[in-house]
Amino acid sequence: MRFAVIVFPGSNCDIDMYHAIEDVLKEPVDYVWHDDADLSSYDCILLPGGFSYGDYLRAGAIARFSRIMQEIEKAADQGKLILGVCNGFQILLEAGLLPGAMQRNENLQFICSTESLIIENNQTPFTAEYALREEIRIPIAHGEGNYYCDEQTLKELQQNSQIVFRYKNNPNGSVDDIAGIINKRGNVLGMMPHPERAISDLLGSPDGKKLFQSILKYWRER
Amino acid sequence: MFKANVYVTLRTGVLDPQGKAVRESLLSLGYDETQEVRIGKFIELTLDVDKYEVAKERVREMCEKLLVNTVIEDYRFELKEVTL
Repeated sequence: MRFAVIVFPGSNCDIDMYHAIEDVLKEPVDYVWHDDADLSSYDCILLPGGFSYGDYLRAGAIARFSRIMQEIEKAADQGKLILGVCNGFQILLEAGLLPGAMQRNENLQFICSTESLIIENNQTPFTAEYALREEIRIPIAHGEGNYYCDEQTLKELQQNSQIVFRYKNNPNGSVDDIAGIINKRGNVLGMMPHPERAISDLLGSPDGKKLFQSILKYWRER
Repeated sequence: MFKANVYVTLRTGVLDPQGKAVRESLLSLGYDETQEVRIGKFIELTLDVDKYEVAKERVREMCEKLLVNTVIEDYRFELKEVTL
């Protein structure tokens, strides 16, 4: 299974993401610069965290128009797996590949802490290795992770089981304690917490490993 | 040439954590009359365009595509003909 880690100017979790694939899955993984416009040989596309384009205007607003995004939209259409973490999630929201928007954290602080998440849907390609309602520990590090969507959108997210992760103790003011959502089709996942920073006890938690293992298992079974 | 002043504000109903913090600060300074504070963005654009109608349509497009996230923000703008 071939993975692409997209690198924008200002990405800073790209190396962690690369190592998560290399160390946990031992599958081939490449860095792909945002201006390289061919993703056809990859099975899974990873949008890492960071501050693409300095978060100018809004987080993700400028990255959303980089050349690679057309390729990513194409890949999403083809049903390929796309994971956006933190700034990657913000970019997917700005691109309209996922519904809603991010606001400043409710307490206006940049929050750096390990949070308890609840697995709300384990029927996705990204979470099949977890148990439903399993509690996992994954770090967050963001200033704009306060997820917002209107009531109609929230109802749809709930009805279609698109809320994949919820915070046990909402740290940032997100609507309905949302930490991560998936698109209706089930191949594009966005989450604020960083699973790539939780792949060994040495790093504080190994709970992110199953997310990557789920992706590989899904791909092998197809 | 046209100059556009674009005002980006949070949509009604969307909470504004920054505005809330600033309001509390104003209250603590004794400005007891402060009811609500909403913080937005102000963007100035200078456009090399001859016609008002064209400038208006182009700025509207810029807002919808990039300058504004219409999920949480509203916008309005003023256009003024200028000579440089």
